[in-house]
Parts: sequence; structure tokens; C-alpha cells
Amino acid sequence: MDFLITFLNGLSLGGIYAMIALGYTMVYGIAKMLNFAHGDIIMVGGYTILVFLWINPIVAIIASVIFCMLMGIVIEKVAYKPLRGASPLAVLITAIGVSYLLQSIAQMAFGSAPKFVVIADLGTLKIGEIAIGYSTIITLACSAVIMVGLNLFVKFSKTGRAMIAVSEDKGAAQLMGINVNNIIMITFAIGSALAALASLFFLLKAPTMTPTFGALPGIKAFTAAVIGGIGSIPGAMVGGLLLGVIECFAQAVPAIAPYTDAIEFSILIIILLVKPTGLLGKKRREKV
Amino acid sequence: MSDIVLQTKDLGISFGGLKAVSGVNLQIEKGEIYGLIGPNGAGKTTIFNLLTGVYQPTEGTFYLNGRELRKLSQEKINHAGIARTFQNIRLFNNMTVRRNVMVGLHNNPEFKCSMFESMFRLPKHFKCEKKMKERAVEILKIFDLEDEKDSLACNLPYGKQRKLEIARALATNPKLLLLDEPAAGMNPHETEDLRRTVQALREQFDITILLIEHDLKFVSGICDRITVLNFGTVIAEGNTKDALSDPEVIKAYIGK
Repeated sequence: MDFLITFLNGLSLGGIYAMIALGYTMVYGIAKMLNFAHGDIIMVGGYTILVFLWINPIVAIIASVIFCMLMGIVIEKVAYKPLRGASPLAVLITAIGVSYLLQSIAQMAFGSAPKFVVIADLGTLKIGEIAIGYSTIITLACSAVIMVGLNLFVKFSKTGRAMIAVSEDKGAAQLMGINVNNIIMITFAIGSALAALASLFFLLKAPTMTPTFGALPGIKAFTAAVIGGIGSIPGAMVGGLLLGVIECFAQAVPAIAPYTDAIEFSILIIILLVKPTGLLGKKRREKV
Repeated sequence: MSDIVLQTKDLGISFGGLKAVSGVNLQIEKGEIYGLIGPNGAGKTTIFNLLTGVYQPTEGTFYLNGRELRKLSQEKINHAGIARTFQNIRLFNNMTVRRNVMVGLHNNPEFKCSMFESMFRLPKHFKCEKKMKERAVEILKIFDLEDEKDSLACNLPYGKQRKLEIARALATNPKLLLLDEPAAGMNPHETEDLRRTVQALREQFDITILLIEHDLKFVSGICDRITVLNFGTVIAEGNTKDALSDPEVIKAYIGK
């Protein structure tokens, strides 16, 4: 029974990681950059929920998603767009700078002490011996719907097709009349909306928020994206779920629980040694 | 005098101190198949890059149906009606053949459907997708590619990849189609097939074609007029037969 509960908890945590990893992987696939500020969008989402919580939890969630989307778009326009075509290193450093900027602004606005953001007490579901939090079930269901929906959207819609075209060959896509700037903007908006939802699910699990809240989940989701093969949407999903399940099982065994993070990152190293492109990453063969 | 589709005025570009192309004046009439030839490095593909907005001209300008397109971005130039293929094929390799064409149809106003309609899978989304698929197959039929519509673009044989590039460019509904070495690497049978297809395009669609080609037999078989470039400047122009027998051209191609 414990096994099943741990597994479900792992899947639900993995679902959250997958949602964040999707933001990393889509931005990498389409804009060819690593957006290290992505983790901090989770934190922005969390504080937005806090600010609007006095009205109504639903309003707070919607406000958080919309604010994060706008934030993602503004960051892209102000910080990354002027660097399009610059060296990848310059973009990377800028992204790290944006990350610190967001953390510092949050610290100035909300202080560095943890804030409690209690959205709702959902209680636990008990079936015989199994006791599982409703938050876990909701997270699982929502992440499943989001992943299936996103896959359908990317595969079978005009915008999705344009996104894939841009990720394959930006220049050719542009010459076929696709507005690459719009597509990149849409990608950032979708990624940031997913990050906002991730913050909601994190807060349902543990209702505290700090200015550096996004850092660790951000790095873990990035790890998940790399494990799955960065640039690949199914890869981010698989990587996220895998990492979540590993994390929950490691924490369930008292002897290795303190080393959970170490175990997760070691698995990244092992997978990259065996398959450098990640589990579902595509091999790029150099044409001679 | 018939309508002029493309007009360039002293078009040129320098990279640093190097004048890659300078003083090119083209006047291409509606419905023409116009050739752009010249030895390697003469600046032919550079002219295509200027006409599609990949490079910004450093001198001169160009007009499509009287509208100045200089300084427009690549996608805006495509919306204005110029589409192209590439010298080294640049298909979306991991997409199916039909989807490649559907990317070309992206901006066609007939298939308007907002992102939100697709996101929430409203009926209009499915209608629009269905119509796009049908149109894509219609375009593929012109190029005898409809049987391969579900295979990945990278798995097509070379000659068919070239044709698919033309199909994708045609899907953007251009007034002027730029073909960069469409017959390169093709065997004589494929070249002949291509010649027929290009001629059929002109008859079926309201389209003007500007092409770069090294295969002079192909050029003389299909082009109404040509311009010959060498070292970035025009050395001869006029109807195909006369221009090809111009002494300057012969000198440029085979030396004195």
C-alpha cells in the first residue's frame, strides 16, 4: 500500500516538474536559448496568488496565470529579443541576471521571511488503508489534462505547426511567412502559464513561499528536461515524471532520504553518459 | 507593354569592403519565367537573399507590383507575395510531406482560425484543419507527391525533396516564385519532369518565376529571358538565346 501511495505522490510531483520542464524545453526548442529565469516565474506566480488571495482563490489562480504570461512576454521582449542572434553565452548570462532581478524584486516587495499562502485545505481521501491527499489527485489529473492538451495543440494546430517549423529551421519558417517573433512570444506565454500552474500545485502541497522558492524546482525541472532530451516535448514529460517518482521513493526510504537531491542529479549524469541526447532527444547527425 | 511584377533599381549589397552585388536592374514581366545565371560566386543567391529580406540592400531598392519592399522583414515580404526555395534544401525534415505544405498555408486568409479556437478545440478549428489538409493534398498533386503525403520529408528521394520545396513555397500563394537551382543534382529524366512542372505552374497559377540555374540546357529550354551575372554585376541580359551567345558571357563561363 505504501508503495502505491508513494508512487502516486511521485507521479503528482513529477507532473509538476513536467509542467515546468515543458517551459524550459519549448523555449529551448524554439528560441534556442536556456531560460534560467523560468524557475523564478514559479515564484512570481506564487506571490501573485498571495496578493489576490483575499478576493477569492479562483480569482487568485487566474490572476497568477495571466500575470505570469504577461511577465514571460515582457521578459522576452525586454531582455532576450534584443539579443536574438547574439552569442548563446550572452543570452545565458542575461537569463541568470533576470533570475536574480526577479528574486531581488520579490525580496524587496515581500521580505525574505517565508509567507504562508493557504489556498484551500483540501483534506485527504481515505479508501480502506489508502490515505491520499486530494491535492495529489487534483495535481495528477490537471497535469495529465495539460500534457495531453499541449501535445494535441502542438501537433494538430496551425500555431503548433508553426512552432515546430520554427524549431526545425527558423530561417526557412520565416521565409514561408511565419512571424518568428510572434511564435517565440507565444512559447514564452505558454511556458510561463504552466509555471504559474506549477506554483499553484506546489502551494497546495506545502503552503509556503519565499523569494528563492523557484530556484530548486527550476533546476530540477531543467534536469528533467535534459534527462528527457531538451527540445523534446514528450521528453520533458517523461523526464519530469521520472524525476518526481525517484524523488518520492528516495524520500520514503529513511536511510537515503537526506541524499535525495544527490541521487536525482546522479541519475542525470548516468543517463547523459549512456545517452548524451537524453531519453527521447534526437540525434543530430552532422552531414558531411 | 505588360505589367512589371518585379523591378529592382540599382540593387546592391556590400559586406565590409566587398561589393557582393551592385547595380542590378531587373524588370520581370507578369507570367514570365526569368533566368538568373552566372559562374559560381557571381552573386545569384545573394540577389535572392536581398529579394526575400534575408539581407538588407546597402544600395538601391526593389518593387513588387509597384510596392517597395526594401526594409520589410522576411515574413512581411513573403506576405507581400515573394516565396522561394533554397539551393541546399531546407525542408522541415521531421514533419510529414503534407505538414510541410501546411506550414506554407499558415497565412492564407482562407484558413483563418485563432489560437484560442485551436486551444479549446472549437468546431471551427477542425473545419479549418480539414480544409488545410485538403488544400495541401491538392498542391501535392501538382507535383505528383500525393502518395507520399504521410512520409517524413527527410525520407523522400532528393528529386522529390526539391519538388516539395517548390510545393511548400507555392502554398504561401506567391505572385513571384524564386527557385534557387531547382534542377541541381537531378538526373536528365528528373530535370525534364521538373521543366514540365514549372511550365504547368505558370499556366495553372497567376505566377511569375525567377530562377537560378547552372544547367544551361534547362535554362534555354524554359526561360523567356535571362540576366547573366559575373562578380556581382550584370554582364548581359535579354532573350535567352542572344544572352547566352554574348561574347562576354562565353568569356565569363569558359575563359578566353
